[in-house]
Amino acid sequence: MKRVMLLGFAVALIAFPAAARDAAPLVVDEAVEKRMVAITEELRCLVCQNESLAGSRADLALDLRQEIREMIKAGKSDKEIMDFMVSRYGDFVRYRPPLKPVTWLLWLGPFALLATGLAVLITYMRRRSKMTWADDAAPLSAEDQARAARLLQAGPETPHAKGLQE
Amino acid sequence: MRFLIPLGLFLLLVGFLAAGLKLDPREVPSPLIGKPAPGFALPQLGAPSARFSPVDMKGKVWMLNVWASWCVSCREEHPLLVEFSRNATTPIYGLDYKDQPADAERWLKQFGNPYALSVADADGRVGIDYGVYGVPETYIIDKQGVIRYKQIGPVTPEVLSNKIQPLLAELNK
Amino acid sequence: MIPELGHFALILALLVAAVQGVLPLVGAQRNSGAWMALARPAARTQFTMIVVAFACLTYAFVNDDFSVKYVFEHSNSQLPLVYRFAAVWGGHEGSLLLWMLMLSGWTFAVSLLSRTLPLAMVARVIAVLGLVSCGFLLFILLTSDPFERLLPVPADGADLNPLLQDPGLVIHPPMLYMGYVGFSVAFAFAIAALIAGQLDAAWARWSRPWTTAAWIFLTLGIALGSGWAYYTLGWGGWWFWDPVENASFMPWLVGTALIHSLAVTEKRGAFKNWTVLLAIGAFSLSLLGTFLVRSGVLTSVHAFATDPRRGIFVLVFLTLVIGSSLTLFAWRAPKVGLGGKFGLLSRETLLLTNNVLLLVAAASVLLGTLYPLLLDALGLAKLSVGPPYFQTVFVPLMAPLLFLIGLGPSSRWKQSEPAEMFKRVRFAIPFALIGGIVLPFAFGNWTPLIGLGLLLAVWIAAATALDIRRRFAAGGNIPRAFWGMHLAHIGIAVFVVGVTLVKGYETEKDVRMEPGDTVTAGSYSLRFLGVKPVPGPNYRSDMADIELSQDGRVLRVLNPEKRVFLSQEMPMTIAAIDAGPFRDIYVALGEPLAGGTTGAWSVRVHYKPFVDWIWGGCLLMALGGLLAASDRRYRVHAQVTAAGTEGVRA
Repeated sequence: MKRVMLLGFAVALIAFPAAARDAAPLVVDEAVEKRMVAITEELRCLVCQNESLAGSRADLALDLRQEIREMIKAGKSDKEIMDFMVSRYGDFVRYRPPLKPVTWLLWLGPFALLATGLAVLITYMRRRSKMTWADDAAPLSAEDQARAARLLQAGPETPHAKGLQE
Repeated sequence: MRFLIPLGLFLLLVGFLAAGLKLDPREVPSPLIGKPAPGFALPQLGAPSARFSPVDMKGKVWMLNVWASWCVSCREEHPLLVEFSRNATTPIYGLDYKDQPADAERWLKQFGNPYALSVADADGRVGIDYGVYGVPETYIIDKQGVIRYKQIGPVTPEVLSNKIQPLLAELNK
Repeated sequence: MIPELGHFALILALLVAAVQGVLPLVGAQRNSGAWMALARPAARTQFTMIVVAFACLTYAFVNDDFSVKYVFEHSNSQLPLVYRFAAVWGGHEGSLLLWMLMLSGWTFAVSLLSRTLPLAMVARVIAVLGLVSCGFLLFILLTSDPFERLLPVPADGADLNPLLQDPGLVIHPPMLYMGYVGFSVAFAFAIAALIAGQLDAAWARWSRPWTTAAWIFLTLGIALGSGWAYYTLGWGGWWFWDPVENASFMPWLVGTALIHSLAVTEKRGAFKNWTVLLAIGAFSLSLLGTFLVRSGVLTSVHAFATDPRRGIFVLVFLTLVIGSSLTLFAWRAPKVGLGGKFGLLSRETLLLTNNVLLLVAAASVLLGTLYPLLLDALGLAKLSVGPPYFQTVFVPLMAPLLFLIGLGPSSRWKQSEPAEMFKRVRFAIPFALIGGIVLPFAFGNWTPLIGLGLLLAVWIAAATALDIRRRFAAGGNIPRAFWGMHLAHIGIAVFVVGVTLVKGYETEKDVRMEPGDTVTAGSYSLRFLGVKPVPGPNYRSDMADIELSQDGRVLRVLNPEKRVFLSQEMPMTIAAIDAGPFRDIYVALGEPLAGGTTGAWSVRVHYKPFVDWIWGGCLLMALGGLLAASDRRYRVHAQVTAAGTEGVRA
């Protein structure tokens, strides 16, 4: 009995390479799948602790992904699908917050901050460059200048001078 | 005085964080409140050839409770619903969500049946239409067929006395 | 007995921390040598106490002492030993003890490596760290005691979350916390300087290596977290803009701004107020991160189990620490001098622009992370802010910054001439253009984002090379900090290449595989041989054999798994990754499928080009930081102390 099994196993092993074939894609329609993934990456999985609908393995996520696949096949547009989800689950389900008065601060904030930051920076720079510095009014005395020259000439022995060379 | 700006902004932030401690970031309010209850025609549990639809309930105030035999939290609220169904005038209809009919009927036999009837939402599509994302959930629907309230999670005695019963009283006027 | 010893050690640590926090500080104000001298011994003693407490908790884990509630919640008798060690910080209470270990450790390090600093400064720095320690120790003792007992003693533990049973848990939290906590040192230096009313270049020079060290650890910690998520979550992603991830990224952004600002303060004595504010900001964001992760205010896969009491405590602590720091700042800042003069176009202004960009980026991440909370608190709406938002906002902010990286080194301190700068970088321009316009075609199609990413990365690399060449030509000694700067910048370029190419050219296939089936990924071929059950120490696993070949030559067999842990019945996907310098082949097992011949499974295969450059770039950044922090000028104490400069105030 064992010998028969062994023989059968050997035959199967030999037969295997011949039976190798390209794996069937899990999804029948790649274009539909691609669109579904693009849409569901923008949606939140409601039963998860912050995962997208595209990646979640929760039951509800599987159901919703299937529902969306069918809507795509039925010819619905991305906007219609998004509206479908929002009308049932609210804006909370969108990972990209819609642009509404309540989200103006969110969307425009960063760029407003950047503009403000740069404006403040430029104003500050201008104001600073107009100020006078002590050494502008009273440059180094001849004695101090000689001392500075000596220190610089002394070269890289002193750590202080080394730092100045950067 | 511009050096006080960082402190000012920080205190503002703290205010919001403090307010945030009282909120639940996972609670999703339903966008269906104030909108007509989505239509469906599902087979009844125990009598699959018969159908039930929200249209049948026009002119009456009623509750739709989403439940399942696999749902652990449902057992928490179930005694409350059974008790409620014995005394109140508002009928409760069940939406058996993604369940096997045999399991569902066995569960009702074991824990009691507060429902006028239950419908079987085997693939969960009706649940999606109602924005169900967890079980149990309960909806209160008025005489015009408009959803007026959604309870996310089990119905507790506090919710029943503070929110549900007053609303039912008002809707029944 | 041991857990009680640990608990007692924590109480002692608190008492020592209180002494450490108050007496040296008062001593520095009153110039009392005796009280200032308490700082170092107090830091040593506190560290010892925390080590004892930590050792006691570790002992409880290693010996399966399930009478300790925390051990019960996070361990199991079948848990492999290495994870019993790591489980010490697998939950909220233990992770706080890890935080304390790091904090007392950094304080101890400051007490050892500060011989060249004036005693008053050391006393103040250690005292501030002591006060922060008090806060955390109180938090632990009052709300999060890891040594709480559980009676009756359960037979076995609940087991560590399977997702955490991984080498990632052993290294990511310690590295990350070293970074978070390390910024407390920069913070302490800033506060000490504000209290002393002594904000100057010397202060910046003392503070800088500590700050860079913290930054290095935080960089590594974040990179490790990202890498861990990549191979453990099974879907090939490496950054999700999750609130907890953002909580670690914000201090990093501000920390980066801080190390650049410190450069200016050290060299030119300028930006003093700004640098101090950044130091306060970086640590504040660390504390804010602690709050966000443990309070239940935001939803995240990484969040610890929450308790409103803990949230309130952390918030109050946060408010006290940051509020008082910012008040101190508002009081002292107006009196701080302006520092060196510099022109409208100079290295100083370019670094200031760097700071503005980094700060706006950090503020944007904060805005996006807290916005849902903001709207909910105001009762306005319930919204989610996820990766689409952050990606849209972050990339435009980073692009100018990447451009500046190439430009910065070509600028001079104090005053720079546009013509000279242009001359220094002009040869980088054609390379950058080739990188942006032509290079993408070597990998696949061209899109604006891919072009931009590669253009900026090549720009940085080319400009860096030009600067190195110029420096060699100028002759003389080249300090280590120079290499550190350029290495870190190259690290960023490498990182950008990784992100750009992975996002631009990765492929993913979901296929049904029966034994013998093959699927292609890039130029590789994967053949499914079958799935066999494999028992593990505390799990059972279905392991697939997948043969990876290229051009007909078999390279290796990959073994993705589907594990079910005996204690939790939670299935976990263990991806199999063939990592290479130019691509990863990433295979994840799905579910067994019905129909057809038996043994069919769903399998997901990813081809990820250059993905390891993402973490390679972070490693280079960290190495660059290490070179910069170990520059000679920070290590020259021998001669200086010999010259008797102990009391020198710069």
